[in-house]
Amino acid sequence: MRYLPLSPADRQQMLGVIGVKKIDDLFSDVPVDALNADIGLPDHAGELEVERQLGAMAAKNQTASSGPFFVGAGAYKHHVPATADHIIQRSEFLTSYTPYQPEIAQGTLQYLFEFQTQVAALTGMEVANASMYDGSTACAEAALMARRITKRSKVILSGGLHPHYAAVTRTNSELVGDSVDVADATPSGTEDLTGLIDENTSCVIVQTPDVFGNIHDVTDLAQVAHEKGALLIVAFTEVVSLGAVKSPGAMGADIVVGEGQSIGNGLNFGGPYVGLFATRQKYVRHMPGRLCGETLDADGQRGFVLTLSTREQHIRRDKATSNICTNSGLCALAFTVHMTLLGEVGIRRLAMLNHEAACKTADAISALAGIELVTEQFFNEFTVRLPKPAHEIVETLAEKGILAGVPGNRLWPHEEALHNLLVIAATECTRDEDISALKNALEETLVEAV
Amino acid sequence: MTMKFTKDHEWIRIDGETVTVGITDHAAEQLGDVVFVELPEIGKAFSQSDDMAVVESVKAASDVYAPISGEVIEINSGIVEDPAAVNASPMADAWFVKLKVSNSAELDALMDEAAYKEFVESN
Amino acid sequence: MAMNSQGRPTAPAPASQAAASDKTFSGNKALQIEETLIFEKDAFGSTGVDLAEPKNIPSRLGDLRRNDDIGLPGLSEPEAMRHFVRLSQKNYAIDMGPFTLGSCTMKHNPRLNEKMARLPGFSDIHPLQPISTVQGALELIATLSHWLTEMTGMPAVAMSPKAGAHGELCGMMAIKAALEARGEAGTRVRVLAPESAHGTNPATAVQCGFKVDSIPADASGRVDFEAFKAKLGPDVAGIMVTNPNTCGLFERDIRAIADAVHEAGGYFYCDGANFNAIAGKVRPGDLGIDAMHINLHKTFSTPHGGGGPGSGPTVLSAALAPFAPIPFVVQQNGKFDLVETRREAGSSDGAEGANTFGRMTAFHGQMGMFVRALSYMLSHGADGLRQASEDAVLNANYVLARLKAELTPAFDGHCMHEALFDDRFLKDTDIETIDFAKAMIDEGYHPMTMYFPLVVKGAMLIEPTESESRQELDQFCDSLNALARKAKAGDTEDFKIAPKFAPRRRLDETSAARKPVLRWTPTVARSEAAE
Repeated sequence: MRYLPLSPADRQQMLGVIGVKKIDDLFSDVPVDALNADIGLPDHAGELEVERQLGAMAAKNQTASSGPFFVGAGAYKHHVPATADHIIQRSEFLTSYTPYQPEIAQGTLQYLFEFQTQVAALTGMEVANASMYDGSTACAEAALMARRITKRSKVILSGGLHPHYAAVTRTNSELVGDSVDVADATPSGTEDLTGLIDENTSCVIVQTPDVFGNIHDVTDLAQVAHEKGALLIVAFTEVVSLGAVKSPGAMGADIVVGEGQSIGNGLNFGGPYVGLFATRQKYVRHMPGRLCGETLDADGQRGFVLTLSTREQHIRRDKATSNICTNSGLCALAFTVHMTLLGEVGIRRLAMLNHEAACKTADAISALAGIELVTEQFFNEFTVRLPKPAHEIVETLAEKGILAGVPGNRLWPHEEALHNLLVIAATECTRDEDISALKNALEETLVEAV
Repeated sequence: MTMKFTKDHEWIRIDGETVTVGITDHAAEQLGDVVFVELPEIGKAFSQSDDMAVVESVKAASDVYAPISGEVIEINSGIVEDPAAVNASPMADAWFVKLKVSNSAELDALMDEAAYKEFVESN
Repeated sequence: MAMNSQGRPTAPAPASQAAASDKTFSGNKALQIEETLIFEKDAFGSTGVDLAEPKNIPSRLGDLRRNDDIGLPGLSEPEAMRHFVRLSQKNYAIDMGPFTLGSCTMKHNPRLNEKMARLPGFSDIHPLQPISTVQGALELIATLSHWLTEMTGMPAVAMSPKAGAHGELCGMMAIKAALEARGEAGTRVRVLAPESAHGTNPATAVQCGFKVDSIPADASGRVDFEAFKAKLGPDVAGIMVTNPNTCGLFERDIRAIADAVHEAGGYFYCDGANFNAIAGKVRPGDLGIDAMHINLHKTFSTPHGGGGPGSGPTVLSAALAPFAPIPFVVQQNGKFDLVETRREAGSSDGAEGANTFGRMTAFHGQMGMFVRALSYMLSHGADGLRQASEDAVLNANYVLARLKAELTPAFDGHCMHEALFDDRFLKDTDIETIDFAKAMIDEGYHPMTMYFPLVVKGAMLIEPTESESRQELDQFCDSLNALARKAKAGDTEDFKIAPKFAPRRRLDETSAARKPVLRWTPTVARSEAAE
């Protein structure tokens, strides 16, 4: 077996040093009838066989790059510079552990410090942590953090929050006994949550751009929340939007959470992704997840360490702020590398290219008879209402090699009023001919439908 | 003024109806360099053994329990701003809170200095 | 106050007496090159990505367009490459040498895994594409599920948990949901966990609203069975036990523990962090457990990546399977499908019957890690997985046998996949566990896990894994034995100032925690940010 260095002779010699006859003597605490149970699985295979087997599965999937692609709603198709994937495959990053021994982990620690700074800058906040599992779990953790800070027990979720984010938050908050109010979905983005906030509200979670694509000014909402002693949590699923749209920090958010996949990371069928989490300096000790901080070594040289770890499970145990252990290290590294290449100049340009691609797509297809553009102000994603259930059209277009977007029934399976909606995303990868292909295919399908 | 001690390494200085509470030098030494202190709000009432404050070093976070029942009438915000004081002067300057005693009978069950010393050594 | 004096000292070591000849003008030391932060490179106006100029068509951003300075430098490709390569060279890694962190399982990460995960058919598909366009991806998840359930002898597996701790949360939420379905969630509020447990166990239980009750260890380092039985009662929701446990020992009484907790009406959560000791040898399902998370990044070789991403599929017994989280993959008429809603899964707000506890994460789990784990499992096969576990246990026992010469094992007898030592051999030396560990760095080794488990004083937990050759282990043991002899001989100066040869000396964690500096800020604002 190519991954195992010991030879049969090594094993025999080592058993002798240990002072036992056979390997199962070392398993003598295992109940006899449970040892060496027959496992109905095939035996080992060479690289070639494994490549063929997995390659066959991979070949059955329709990839995002294989045709016009407009699927978003929480994960986005972007171009990632080759450098990012090379760096994350370097042994010293790929095969290292959580940097608990800072003297020999400055590489990981320094990029985490850079990552935290980049995330804080993008979100317009004061501090960010070293990443979470993904945007949805970051969102749920933010609600729990607001609970710790305010010592209140009611969470209000905007109807524009990605329904999966809402579901994850609900799972976690209800577990600790909080009540979770979810506002109705308003595709046009005219929701007003201020009336729902009361003296028992720990936080309001609002997404911008929301799941329909609407961008929101949450300044007033922040003010009302603060007047009532509640926190405003702003979520996003498309981090590239922060290169073009006013930052949540500038609008008064107390906690900002979101998905960082778009920068540095591929679609990967949903994971691994990288959750971003930023807040105000005054709340830093209530934050979940790992934090990297600057300090000096014994020679007075600058270095970095994991810090404030007394919040964490391995020390605080049953009083930890969260049970989180892992962050999303390599995905955070991919984010840092990509963002380091982009810089402010690049992220702004990238954001505007995304926005313009979405505007062009919206203009093209909303010109079609029977299609109504629902979102007015948006970044790189928008929603249209079709004359029939969107998933039927999405299926038809998929057969033509066009992945047209996310149909309403996939996001709101039980709300039929939303099933004619189609959420469409465009990015810098979207070409004019992709837009034409989408437009023509939609037109054809709608004519057939009539 | 009389001093009393708990098995959880808090000390109490009794001054009539008011007591001053801190952590012992033994506790401060065991914790190592203190980096963070969180104190309760003035006016908050505690029952004996309730979690009252938090003290953290780099390696450990510990809850400080209310050694007796009472209401917080004063806090030492100096140690919040400079947690190192807890290591420098745990038994004097770096007191945590002053409580108004609600059940003075509880004081009788606590150890005196000699008993606490013996308790620490036996552990 | 609650005393937790176990742990590592964090005061910085005294300033070194580095000879002037150790210094260079540049601050670099041959292959060790100092590297500034990206923010200090005067690159705020540049970019390393060639993008088309936006055409400035009328925007739909309204008055929400971002106008403030963001504050992000942009480096050209060669600058960026050099920056990150220099950083990488300040990290220790499995690919460089033994990384014997107990409980963390730093085994070799095969590169075939990486290649497979990057096949566009896996890496370039969207989680919300039509189901008809991702049949191969669902097939992969179903295949990995099959391998995991076969290996564990359990009927079901929840694939969406994102990491080990997330898997723990999954298992404990399933237990809570099962208790709710029985109408006992209000009364069964106590969870038993050994003192030696990973910190995540109590943290998870509390996150689920349970109270944690600690069980002492017996003299052999295992759960004290009588003490455990005495704690059972009608208010017990379940027990969380790591097996093999955090002392590197197999819980001999595991079946009796399972029977007793079931008889008392509770469930058995097994922390599967150490499954790598028994994978292919023992099926946890045969031992009576109800739930166990599997760290794909430990047992099945997906890379740790400097702290993630992980993946924590959680196997469930027949009693807990109905409460599994959404989404999950099902197969019907040769086609794969995804159950994504509570109603489809049969929930209280939908149909009768089963009752999923809900959703844990936005999409379907860590697909990229699934591909890597399956690539590893197919490569090893049933025979290779068993051999890997045997080699892991053999290597650990070899280290235990060889280090007995100078170090002090915490418990008598053999171990499983990791060998636990205490600090008795350092008694009267003025050296502590942390000094010994830092001296290992100068010898070219990543230190073992220190001061964990908490039940052993000055603990040193060594997990070599099956990836180490005998020659590598001999060199490692020779070095550690030599260090122990040096410490006992009173030659302690090198320990106190170790590490001397690492990119950094010991770091001041105290001041880092007292005045946290968590981001770079322009020099003028620096002192304010630290406040």
